[in-house]
Amino acid sequence: MARKEQEYDDIPGTFVFDAERSREGYGINMFCMSLMKDENRKAFKANEAEYLKKFNLTPAQTEAILKRDYNRMLELGGNIYFTAKLGATDGHSFQHLAAVMTGSSQQDYAAMMLAGGRSVEGNRSRSGKAKPGSKSKSKPKSKSSAKRK
Amino acid sequence: MAKIIAGVGSSHVPAIGAALDNGRTEEPYWKRVFSGFEKSKQWMRETKPDVAIVVYNDHASAFSVDLIPTFALGCAAEFPPADEGWGPRPVPVVKGHPALAAHIAQSVILDEFDLTIVNKMEVDHGLTVPMNLLFGQPKDAWPCPVIPLAVNVVMYPPPTGHRCYMLGKAIRKAVESYPEDLEMVIFGTGGLSHQISGPRAGLINSKWDKAFLDNLSKDPKKLTRIPHIDYMREAGAEGIEMVMWLIMRGALEDQVDEVYRFYTVPASNTAVGHIILENRRRGAGKAKRPAAKTKRAAARNTSQAVRRGK
Repeated sequence: MARKEQEYDDIPGTFVFDAERSREGYGINMFCMSLMKDENRKAFKANEAEYLKKFNLTPAQTEAILKRDYNRMLELGGNIYFTAKLGATDGHSFQHLAAVMTGSSQQDYAAMMLAGGRSVEGNRSRSGKAKPGSKSKSKPKSKSSAKRK
Repeated sequence: MAKIIAGVGSSHVPAIGAALDNGRTEEPYWKRVFSGFEKSKQWMRETKPDVAIVVYNDHASAFSVDLIPTFALGCAAEFPPADEGWGPRPVPVVKGHPALAAHIAQSVILDEFDLTIVNKMEVDHGLTVPMNLLFGQPKDAWPCPVIPLAVNVVMYPPPTGHRCYMLGKAIRKAVESYPEDLEMVIFGTGGLSHQISGPRAGLINSKWDKAFLDNLSKDPKKLTRIPHIDYMREAGAEGIEMVMWLIMRGALEDQVDEVYRFYTVPASNTAVGHIILENRRRGAGKAKRPAAKTKRAAARNTSQAVRRGK
C-alpha cells in the first residue's frame, strides 16, 4: 500500500518517523536495537546478510542497511535514534552519519554547525507554501479587532 | 503539603554527557557550553529541592519500538543509568521517590491523564545530562530523589503542547495534595532547535528558540497552540521534543519570575537552551516551616545575583 501523503511530507529533507513508518520499519529498528549487545554486534559483523535474515526485512530495507544508506533507512521506517546504533557499531561518530545523510564531508558539516547550523530560510517547504514562522497560523481574531473599533 | 517551587528547562544533548565523562569540559568548545550552567549549579545548591521531577525522553534505551508509551512515570525506588552503546554513563544510580510517584500517578490518572506506570526502568542521557548540568558530577549519590517522567517524542505524534501543559497542571495539583512538606523542582528537557535526521540535518533556528523562551516565561498559553508541523518545520524534526518543556511550565504558576537564561549554538548538532523559572512567593511567610523559609530566602538572594549578572 502506498504511503498516504501527509502535511509534514512538505518539509524538505525530512522523513518524519510516524506511526506508519514505525509499523513499516519495525524490523530495521529492532535490528538496530539488537546491536546494543556485543555478541550480536560480532555476529552481524561476521556475516551481515545472514544476520539480517532474522528480522523479517523487505529486500529494499536489507539493501539499505547493507549499503549503509542512512536516508533510505529513514524513508523505509528506520528511526535515527535506532540507526545511530548501526553507525556506532561501525565505529562512526554521530557527525559522520550526519555528514552522510546531508551529502557533505564531516569537516564541512562540523564547520556548518560551528557557524550556527543550517538556516531554516529556504528549508521550510518543498512546495513553497509554508510561510516563515507560525504567524500565518495565529491570525488576529476578528472579534477582538472589531471590539477595538 | 508538597509544593513545586521552580522549573528548569535544559537541553539534554548526549555529547554534553560524553564531554563530562571524558574530562573535556575545559576545551574551549565545551567551556562555552558549561560556563552557561555555573550560576545554575549555584542556584540549585541554594534551592536544595527535596525531590525533583525530570521530564525527558528515552532514546531507544529503555524503550525500543516494542512499546511506545506516551507518558511513562517512573515509580521505582531506583533507576540505573542505561548502557547506550559505550557502557553506562559513570553517574550515580538515580534514586526515585516511589511513594510520591505513586501518589502523582493515581492523582493524574483520575484527572484523565492515562499515563503508564514504570516500576523498572533504566535512564539514559535524556535524564542524566540535565542532572549533571544542574547538580554537577557527584560521585556517589545525587543530592535528591528524582521522579522520571518519560515522554514519547521519538515516534510521531508526540502529545500536543497543550496536552503537555495540562499534564503539568495536573502534576502540580497532585503534588499539592501530598501531605508531606516537600519543596520540589521540575525539569523540562530536550531541544532546543535541532534536526539530526535526513538531508536537512543540522537545522538550527535561533529566532524560533528565543521566541520560545520568551513565551515560556511570559505567555506559555501561546506556546500551547503551536501545532506539531510548526515545531518540525521551524525547529527541526527532532526539535519537536520542546513540547516537554510545556509540562514543566504547566506545573508552575501562571506568573513566574525568570531568574536565569542561557543559550548557545551548537553543542554537537543542537542549539542549547536553558532557563530557570521560579514561582512567585506570595504568602511565603504564612505557615512555612522555618527551615524552608531560610532555604527559599537563600535561593532568592542567588536569583537576584543571577539576574544582575545576566
